[in-house]
Amino acid sequence: MRNIWIICRKELGSYFVSPVAYILLIMFGLIFGFFFWNALGAFVFESIQSQMSGRSFPMNVNEWIIRPLLSNVSVIGLFFIPMITMRLFAEEKRTGTIELLATSPVRDIEIILGKWFASVVLYACLLLFTAVNFAFLFKYGNPDWKPLLIGYLGLLLQAGALLAIGTFISTLTKNQIIAGAVTFGACLLLWVLEWVSGYETATWARVLAYMSVITHFESFGKGVLDSKDAVFYLTVIFLGLFFTARSMESLRWRS
Amino acid sequence: MITVKELTKRYARTIAVDQISFAVEKGQIVGFLGPNGAGKTTTMRMLTCFFPPTSGTATVAGFDVLEQPLEVKKRIGYLPETPPIYPEMSTSEYLDFVGKLKGLSGADLAKRIDYVCGRCAINDVKAKQLGKLSKGYRQRVGLAQAIIHNPEVLILDEPTAGLDPKQINETRELIKDLAGEHTIILSTHILPEVEQTCEQVIIIDKGKLVATDSVRNLQARARGAESVLVEVAGRKGNLEASSVQHRLEQVAGVSRVLCKQQMDSRAIFEVESKKGSSIRGDLARAVVESGWDLNELRPAAMSLEEVFLQLTGSEAASQQETPVEVQA
Repeated sequence: MRNIWIICRKELGSYFVSPVAYILLIMFGLIFGFFFWNALGAFVFESIQSQMSGRSFPMNVNEWIIRPLLSNVSVIGLFFIPMITMRLFAEEKRTGTIELLATSPVRDIEIILGKWFASVVLYACLLLFTAVNFAFLFKYGNPDWKPLLIGYLGLLLQAGALLAIGTFISTLTKNQIIAGAVTFGACLLLWVLEWVSGYETATWARVLAYMSVITHFESFGKGVLDSKDAVFYLTVIFLGLFFTARSMESLRWRS
Repeated sequence: MITVKELTKRYARTIAVDQISFAVEKGQIVGFLGPNGAGKTTTMRMLTCFFPPTSGTATVAGFDVLEQPLEVKKRIGYLPETPPIYPEMSTSEYLDFVGKLKGLSGADLAKRIDYVCGRCAINDVKAKQLGKLSKGYRQRVGLAQAIIHNPEVLILDEPTAGLDPKQINETRELIKDLAGEHTIILSTHILPEVEQTCEQVIIIDKGKLVATDSVRNLQARARGAESVLVEVAGRKGNLEASSVQHRLEQVAGVSRVLCKQQMDSRAIFEVESKKGSSIRGDLARAVVESGWDLNELRPAAMSLEEVFLQLTGSEAASQQETPVEVQA
């Protein structure tokens, strides 16, 4: 446990000492800010229209702003995750510092968990940016906070799964760019897999759609904690980290 | 302290290390010598549990590298060929991180950091970023990192590679200094380094153990015969080298005489004799009684370089005997 924390602290240190963390935070803040502003504008426009036309159907902040924004964040996250994980192992392999870690009295799994946990913490920092925007909704509106919390939980689980995959991919190469590009491809594929369910209902299509990380976020986005989806994400996290461990082991056998 | 038995590392096509066996006593400083690609780094990586051997066993401080890697790692300080530093960290941050990784904490850790900084003379770069340090300083930080947890065994992979002559000397002195407290294995392909720093040598070539002995024994052993350098001068100007050579060959016990250098009135000969027979007195007498002057007479110590070439060269020669198929 102590070793995991030591590794995690070191990783967070290198994220925040270098410009990496700040650039990710700023870019994410800008992009999410635009989405938020857009959603808010549309909401205000719609509510004025509905008042003018005399229809007074209740407009719900959760349904109109928070839910679509949360699923936006889950997609924006796909683009940021490769940038978070690409250096985790690739950089250590390139500079040779992996030899220091691998010959220190720590277990492989402690190294892996430390690194993965650091990447989750950085992603959580990105999410914190979105919380600032949502705070305004609570100041001026009266949204329900429970669905928002569950949404955040879903985002963290989804990111945890993709970050585990990214961590695994980072062990496969010395080159950060390759690790980043492959992770990005994997994230994108896992997003669009669900599209096949639009025109095909055969079993293989359902399996593909099931593997899509986005479909499992839908219930979280609605504020529903569905154990089926949580289990899906946890399984992917486990598998990702498991393969990372195997990859590190084979690294030792091969190199 | 270190026992290696028939250690082998096989890759898909090649055998990097082939059935190497040796033992290192506590407190010794051992040179691991071999040309580039001989399998030095591979052997060291197996000892440090970076990767497991294909077959054979190795124990460090009584712990097997396969069975109890964590115990072995606790007792080993390792400096890979390129110091494993994080360029974005400062020296003290880095040592703090490595110290914690090796299991130190609190006041203990602070004390050790102070100690190794003093020991490796890196106090003045404590606050500097590692990426901005010169090669010499990086190497010293690497060494500091290796000894931070006061390990019983130190494994140094080419610790002087890429340093300038002054830094090389400083590093060697530092390593010699450390020898009292730690058992040290250092690899190198530079022979004088072994002659200067090590007590014991392990020579490997193409993955195979060629020799393991003390530096002095090895020099004597490879010589097989003793050789003496004789400088002879003629009394009245000219000296006929061939007649001197002829006379020297007649001395009892001499097996071979080589004329190494010839000037007008002087000539230098290398006289080889069988091991154990002391012929220096007879040589001197022969020269003086023949009416020549004896300018110099000294044993020709073989440098380790020659020993090395002799040992690894004969290996290469025997391999060349196997016929190479060339297509007609």
